[in-house]
Amino acid sequence: MNWDILLQTLLSGILIGMVYALVAVGLSIIYGVMEIVNFAHGEFLMFGMYSSFWLFTLFALDPLLTLPLSALFLFALGALVYRFTIKRIASAPMVSQIFATFGLMILFRGVAQFLWKPDFRTVENSLVSGNIVVSGLYFGIPHLVAAVGAVLATGGVWWFINRTRLGAALEATAQDKEAAQLMGIPSHWMFALAWGLGAACAGVAGVLLSTFFPIFPEVGATFSLIAFVVVALGGFGNVTGAFWAGIIVGVVEVLGGFLIGPEYKLAIVLTLFLLVIIVRPQGLMGRAE
Amino acid sequence: MNKLLVVDKLGKHFGGIVANEDISFHLDAGQIVGLIGPNGAGKTTLFNCIAGFYPPSEGTIRFLGNDITGMPSPKMAHMGIARTFQIVRSFGSMTVLENVMVGAMLRNKSVSIAHERASDELEFCGLSSRASVPASDLTVAEQRRLEVARALATEPHLLLLDEMMAGLTPSEVQEAVGLVKTIQKRGIACLIVEHVMEGIMPIADHMIVLDYGRKIAEGTPAEISCDPVVLAAYLGE
Amino acid sequence: MTPKQRNTLIVSGMGFALVLPFIVSNPSHQNYLILVLMFAQIGVAWNILGGYVGQVSLGHVAFFGIGAYTSTVLLVSVGLSPWIGMLIGGVVAAFFGLLIGWICFRFKGHYFTMATIAVAEILQVLFTNWEGVGGAVGLYVPLDQQGWWAMVFNSKLPYYYIALGLFTVTLLANWAIEKSFLGYYFRAIKDDPEAARSLGVSLTDYKLVAIAISSFFAALGGSFYAQKELFIDPGSVLVTSLSIKMSLVTILGGIGSLFGPLVGSVLLTGIEEATRQILGGSGMGIDLIIYATIIIAVAIYYPTGILGWAKRFLRRGKKAEDGA
Repeated sequence: MNWDILLQTLLSGILIGMVYALVAVGLSIIYGVMEIVNFAHGEFLMFGMYSSFWLFTLFALDPLLTLPLSALFLFALGALVYRFTIKRIASAPMVSQIFATFGLMILFRGVAQFLWKPDFRTVENSLVSGNIVVSGLYFGIPHLVAAVGAVLATGGVWWFINRTRLGAALEATAQDKEAAQLMGIPSHWMFALAWGLGAACAGVAGVLLSTFFPIFPEVGATFSLIAFVVVALGGFGNVTGAFWAGIIVGVVEVLGGFLIGPEYKLAIVLTLFLLVIIVRPQGLMGRAE
Repeated sequence: MNKLLVVDKLGKHFGGIVANEDISFHLDAGQIVGLIGPNGAGKTTLFNCIAGFYPPSEGTIRFLGNDITGMPSPKMAHMGIARTFQIVRSFGSMTVLENVMVGAMLRNKSVSIAHERASDELEFCGLSSRASVPASDLTVAEQRRLEVARALATEPHLLLLDEMMAGLTPSEVQEAVGLVKTIQKRGIACLIVEHVMEGIMPIADHMIVLDYGRKIAEGTPAEISCDPVVLAAYLGE
Repeated sequence: MTPKQRNTLIVSGMGFALVLPFIVSNPSHQNYLILVLMFAQIGVAWNILGGYVGQVSLGHVAFFGIGAYTSTVLLVSVGLSPWIGMLIGGVVAAFFGLLIGWICFRFKGHYFTMATIAVAEILQVLFTNWEGVGGAVGLYVPLDQQGWWAMVFNSKLPYYYIALGLFTVTLLANWAIEKSFLGYYFRAIKDDPEAARSLGVSLTDYKLVAIAISSFFAALGGSFYAQKELFIDPGSVLVTSLSIKMSLVTILGGIGSLFGPLVGSVLLTGIEEATRQILGGSGMGIDLIIYATIIIAVAIYYPTGILGWAKRFLRRGKKAEDGA
């Protein structure tokens, strides 16, 4: 076996894993606060990608520069989604919750197909392109930038939740929303915040991916599934857990694809997910009750 | 002695928190035993261990001579232990009769036989007139009696009653007391966790008092009511 | 509704269903009727687990696909009649369902749903790369033999009656379950699992019973689909969108009710066919938008489906009458 290739593979797994972690953190926040799994999570990522693509194509604004704009846009979208759909099913039976977010997933894909056609699109020649070579190992600059950006964003979310008053209020709502409500923390605003933040995480990940990943209406499907796996592995509502789980999933995916065949990538990640459920239903890094 | 339930040195920890420690007592067939104690004394934890809701950390529970420690609750039901819940858990989409039928199906899977058995138990608990009403439409007192009827339908030897009188009016408490007495006449033993003293004192054959997770006293209701240790525990609350 | 009225309704409904294809002679309309019955049938299968026991699976296409592949592979390789292949497929799917249940019932609520999606996605990847069953190219049902034994026909009519038969059998099975102790146990598990356990109901055992029955019937639908379309591939019989559809017809019609899937299927299949004809197949996302709007509206405003809504409406009407 060629060790250089293996090492190269491992590194690329870690890099993409950091982006997965960011997507998963968004999912995890929403689940942590509302106990609703957002099946439309990958579609937030898809919108992030398209926002980056259009700003680049129409106004020649580089994804790296428009990132805050996209984050803001996705935050607003997430909060609006909460306000107009999720709020109404917050205490509905589980079936309604599942189908509401599933419906959103299909709706967003439909909107993307309608507006932008089912074609594959790419952001070409942005500021971040090309490769660098460090002691025989190739790094795609877009991949590197995406990973660094994702880590910074994940760190930012961690900081927000653990070091700010608003973050503490969000955490309190996640722990016990009645008690938080009694202490004067309005649940509905916290839920809206969680959805905004969750969508923004996915959107930022989408922007970071847009410099090297094809953009199409169904692009979110795979990312949703991977984010579910990461959250299940990392333990629910746990940012640090999601970070490490993201890297594990990235490495397993890339390594599995390398050893078994790239066409099996998704199946390998999902099998890992099922195996973890069998062995540790509370997640790899979750604590037993 | 005809010992139905024997709890021996039972302990339960949650992480570092000790909820129950070194609790031993026994219960005879057809006996009514009251389990009391101040808030946070560990009554509910002990009750849940016996009901198979969670496994004890140490000690054993024997029922009819068999070790049932840590047995999951469906198996316990088969053994002949039935329970009610403090916060009523009726099957909301079913009628009152259907709720009780689910209990009756433990012993016989035939729907028509379960129907008969369930009707009998509803009669016994005074709910016949409400048989075809959705369970979610009952009053709290009625829902408590529904839980008893459902548990009785499983034909238990031992009935575990979790605060069945909490939140009831004085006349409803009297009805509940009467119901427990008639249950005892059928030869079914009852272990009752109770906060309402006027409900438990007149009917219990034997009382167990817990405080800070330990057994601090046991005896007849008369003995308990003048035990200085028990009085101190209640006054020091 | 009195039992007598209900029986009259069912008998006349069945009679209507039997003569319907003679009233509707246009083959494309007949095709619509077949689709309605097929999705109603797999909806009923889904309902046994999703509606009665409350375990929302969105990986049920796995069982449908196993049914389709089992009967088709047996037909292509050893020439086995799809009637027998269908039953074998059902049994294989039931065992697969037990395995999936054993894994996925460890998770509750939303995460159960996710785990079932994962299973179906894994299966899709495996079948796409499994050359022995046609891989990504798919499998064609051989046309050299036709007639009832081969379940291959030139006209739509026989397919209609097979679909009607399958639907009726599945519905009768569901009815028998609903009336037996299983129906009571299933609903008890859905309403309050902990209370059900205290009455001696083992959650895992009965959830496994439900998933085995549910996957058996979903697989029958898959075999029928293969014979009707004469072609299967992972993109048609192992896609998550099909899982969504079989659950959606049920939820739209009325979850946990006997005839909910039929009502939902008539409507949803109708809407799908209508959008397809108006938009001419190109869709461009509008079909998805319409579809999604229905899903979201049902989830928010009509969680009990059309039948639940109708029942409430009728009851309100009756109350008003009594009051007058």
